[in-house]
Amino acid sequence: MSFVLVQVIVGGLLLGAVYALFSSGLTLVWGMMNIVNFAHGDFVMLGMYVAYVVYTLLGGGPLLGAPLATLSLATLGVIVYFALIRDIMKGPMLAQILGTFGLALLLRYSVFWWFGANFLSLPQNIVGGTLAFLGLRIEAARLVAGVVGLLVTLGLHLLLTRTSLGSKMLAVAEDATAAQLMGIRPDSMQAIAWGIAAAATGLAGALIATFFYIVPTVGETLGIVAFVTVSLGGFGSIPGALVAGLLIGVIESLSGYLIGAVYQDIVVYVLFLLFLWFRPQGLMGKA
Amino acid sequence: MRRFVWPLLLLALLILYPVIVSNPFAQRIGALVLLYAIAASAWNIIGGYAGQVSVGHVVFFGCGAYAAMGAYAHFELTPLVGIPIGFVLAVAIAAAVGVPTLRLSGHYFSMATIAVAETVRLIVTNTDYLGASPGLSGPAVPRNVFDLSFVSALPYYYLFLLVLAITLAITWTMANSRMGFYLRAIRDSERAARSLGAPTSRIKLYAYMLSAGLTSIAGALYAMMFGFVDPESGLGILISVKILIMAALGGAGLLFGPLVGAAILVPLEEISNSLLGGQGAGLTFVVYGAIIVLIARFQPGGLLALAGRLWERRGKPAEAVAKVEASHAP
Repeated sequence: MSFVLVQVIVGGLLLGAVYALFSSGLTLVWGMMNIVNFAHGDFVMLGMYVAYVVYTLLGGGPLLGAPLATLSLATLGVIVYFALIRDIMKGPMLAQILGTFGLALLLRYSVFWWFGANFLSLPQNIVGGTLAFLGLRIEAARLVAGVVGLLVTLGLHLLLTRTSLGSKMLAVAEDATAAQLMGIRPDSMQAIAWGIAAAATGLAGALIATFFYIVPTVGETLGIVAFVTVSLGGFGSIPGALVAGLLIGVIESLSGYLIGAVYQDIVVYVLFLLFLWFRPQGLMGKA
Repeated sequence: MRRFVWPLLLLALLILYPVIVSNPFAQRIGALVLLYAIAASAWNIIGGYAGQVSVGHVVFFGCGAYAAMGAYAHFELTPLVGIPIGFVLAVAIAAAVGVPTLRLSGHYFSMATIAVAETVRLIVTNTDYLGASPGLSGPAVPRNVFDLSFVSALPYYYLFLLVLAITLAITWTMANSRMGFYLRAIRDSERAARSLGAPTSRIKLYAYMLSAGLTSIAGALYAMMFGFVDPESGLGILISVKILIMAALGGAGLLFGPLVGAAILVPLEEISNSLLGGQGAGLTFVVYGAIIVLIARFQPGGLLALAGRLWERRGKPAEAVAKVEASHAP
């Protein structure tokens, strides 16, 4: 295998780990409440803008921007749950899709209105320069983003499977009424799930902002990426989201390298449609 | 015959509107209201009656618009030729998308429609034959009346009114046929409908194809009126959004819901754009987003459903209202 190809694949894996991070938020609320957040990609976009504002207003780098983005998005997630999701969950499918889709528009165009449509970016090398490792050249920002994305995604998995909070959340996902009889408040658990899911997008956004351009419409593409990842990985499965995220990162990088950057989004979308056609239950899911 | 009184009154009002209001700006807005009402009524068939929320309907709109402009730009034919071509194209795409996704739950369908619309937009933006980013233009100077290129909005107004009337007549016929009953059964509970023997996937697919074909006609008419189409105006996600929100605001699944929604939102957008200029575009969609969220949260049936409930409620004592409310509860 040529050296460039290895470089492209490593880049794809690092990007894919960040995809996995924000997709695990989507898969969590989808698996738990059977509601799809169409504003998920726009949450990531907000995380990017929080990191940008932290830099321009406070002069803080990602070390300050990432925690602030995580916190502010977690707060937003809980607010959105209580103000909107809790009620539309009981409504018809039309209301569920319209509700989160409308939220996506509201967020996207509020940012558009405030910041304009210009491409913004954090200064290059805000994390560090380009590292040379075994002959590979990797931007420090992408390396940090990939490693943090991987670790936090694994952490989320452990949180769900190894802690009492995780067990409670899974209990609510399984049967909210039964969980309530056991003294677990479904409302609180679902609000926490929204907080965690949104926190994951905030962190992912702050990480992506260190090496990617920042623009209000970026959430649309990222939302579709998250949706593809969750479809591939199976709903509610964080390990599934991790594998699928890494896979999509690599596919995107490879197709960008082999057939041109313009077409890399198309490849992901077409892949998604093919999957819906042939294997709607996901890579690892069961029918 | 009593149930035809209100629709006929509405029709008379729509026919007389340009006579009463001679201001060209208002006539143009009137034409646009009718145009978007056609697209939103077409969306209503799959999104409202069948309850399958397509958020990528612009791809069908684009089929019509590109077919109309393509017929002129490449073959010097009248853009009218594009209507049947766009129609067939839209129905074919709907079948290709609908067959795999309408078997799945509604979320997949919604997301697939976005993915298809975005894929087509990206491909068209990179295809020189389809005009790439600058898009395709229609006849700069009309050669004859079949180029459908008029300075005044008046001819468009009556053309759109005719097409809207046909679209609503088709919708009404469908809603009162066996298919309409199937669709409502599917919307209320797909599982129950299937267990009672309704061919749910097939019926949803037919509704989707019909909706797609009618939407492509709206796209062709749009391109004729504006004389050009580019990826933003013919395939941009915001057109999907407009179509969807008009139907949902007025009342998804109600015959005149989309027209009511268009009559509210089109003037709102035109006026805010002319007052605020380019800066207003972002703000308009902030308001759109807020409206969609509020409808979903408080009034999923739309304004017409709300008006209908208030109408039933008038002059009745509280217990009777409670009874009506209870009987309407899902």
